[in-house]
Amino acid sequence: MTMNILVCISNVPDTTSKIEFTSDSTTFNTEGVQFIINPYDEFGLTKAIKLREEHGGTVTVIHLGDISSEPTLRKALAIGADQAIRIDSESKDSFGVAKELAKVISEQDYDLIITGRESIDYNNAAVPGMLAAILDLPFVNACTGFALIGDNANMEREIEGGKEFIEAPLPLIIAGQKGLVEESDLLIPNMRGIMTARTKPLIVVSSCGTADKNKSISFEKPATKQSCKMVEAGKEKELISLLHQEAKVI
Amino acid sequence: MSVLVFAESWNGSFKKGTYEAITFAHDIAKKLNLSCFAVTIGNINDDINLLSNYGAEKVISVNSDFDICDNKGMSSALAQVAKQQNTSVFIISNSNTGKCIGPRLSIDLDASYISNVVEIPSKSSPITIKKKAFSGKAFEWVQTNSSCCVLGLSPNAYTVTENPKPNCLIETFNFDNESSNVTSVKIEKSSGKISLAEAEVVVSAGRGLKGPENWSMIEDLADLLDAGTACSKPVSDIGWRPHSEHVGQTGKAIAPNLYIAIGISGAIQHLAGVSSSKVMVAINTDPEAPFFKSADYGIVGDAFEVVPRLIEEIKNFKANN
Repeated sequence: MTMNILVCISNVPDTTSKIEFTSDSTTFNTEGVQFIINPYDEFGLTKAIKLREEHGGTVTVIHLGDISSEPTLRKALAIGADQAIRIDSESKDSFGVAKELAKVISEQDYDLIITGRESIDYNNAAVPGMLAAILDLPFVNACTGFALIGDNANMEREIEGGKEFIEAPLPLIIAGQKGLVEESDLLIPNMRGIMTARTKPLIVVSSCGTADKNKSISFEKPATKQSCKMVEAGKEKELISLLHQEAKVI
Repeated sequence: MSVLVFAESWNGSFKKGTYEAITFAHDIAKKLNLSCFAVTIGNINDDINLLSNYGAEKVISVNSDFDICDNKGMSSALAQVAKQQNTSVFIISNSNTGKCIGPRLSIDLDASYISNVVEIPSKSSPITIKKKAFSGKAFEWVQTNSSCCVLGLSPNAYTVTENPKPNCLIETFNFDNESSNVTSVKIEKSSGKISLAEAEVVVSAGRGLKGPENWSMIEDLADLLDAGTACSKPVSDIGWRPHSEHVGQTGKAIAPNLYIAIGISGAIQHLAGVSSSKVMVAINTDPEAPFFKSADYGIVGDAFEVVPRLIEEIKNFKANN
């Protein structure tokens, strides 16, 4: 069967970013920060493109954010998505994002919805499960393998202490991570991709104005560590006694 | 009103995170002056009184079994119990199953959902709580706007304490399980003895080990310390170790009591995933390795010399203690 796949994309600070906040600690300071496709979503996007190559169909990417996130969507188009949708809204909490996405998704006909396991900024891992509940779809998280056999999806999911192999009919929602594709499978946009991305559709839809359920109050950075106590190589016994007597962890 | 906690189990035994979640639920209930109830799903072989020992005043046992991938079924059962028990705060642990159930439950209960929580609320009305954000690089304070909330507790963030409730009641909840079209075909246990999420000690190695054939000393060290084994991103990308061992910003975030990093330089992305560890030890040939700026203890030296000596010293230590 051909597949119409939707990949939900988060626009997040590059993994090398130092995280700083405004002086009153209420807002993430984006100055000098480069934004990228959330790494977990990038695995999903690559998988979607591979599935389209195998089975035919389309890959749409969707994102909720203001116009500043469009370079990230253009990058997704350059990598190989057919079209992009941007829900024009300021960032919302997970519930707000899930509601907005669900409204757009319910008006279309997608066979597979792929999200990342979590976004690397707020790490809530909440949107995919909420979407599944709102749309009443099956949901597989921490998905590390996906194959389509007939009309059924065969999936692999990471659980604490092992792997679970799952079968489910489409449509469904998966939240992916590395394993869905390998790091070496990730696609770097080539010149042709970048050129065609400029002419691919980027549809802007307006927000349906859902109210948030949570409010971000402030941020705090973890306490900085005291200086590292160095033990000379060859004196490993000393390290053991420090871990035992001082740190009390063994 | 009640605080209700999902006592997650695996093969009939409660998970370590369950005891953390119950202690956490007990402490919240105390702060909010509410009752603390626990809910179990399916067959439990462990003694239910294990739950009352950490603070559950009542245990509700859902008499229906689900595949662990059937998060929809489990959430509907839990939502029904929550409504019956007039729950205003629902606690789950942020396991992979909890991460499916929490968001679903919040929709079913019209509640707000906050995950990766590390402390009990600082304010109770409205509930304001501290959670991890930016993959361990920061904490965020979040306030709920709803009268009911679902809180996901970050693993290894909350210390388990005993709060015995000797008169704990046990109730059965009958749930008619609709047949699910999501089926668990097979479960494969990983070869490592200790799951990374629950490990109190983690031994981790990076490219400094030069090749996958050199991991046996890492495994020996981990065995001696009852530790889980982990690795850096490059090591999992090259395929020396399975992806499930990758810790860091785009892998697993862990918070053991002791993290030993061997031949890992300590890139910002790696530190993000491990800096919640209570104590960190770095072993690296390069004295300028960034890890030494974040570690508590360090040895500058060749892993191939330091690790075997460390193994010997731990054997001596264990023999004398």
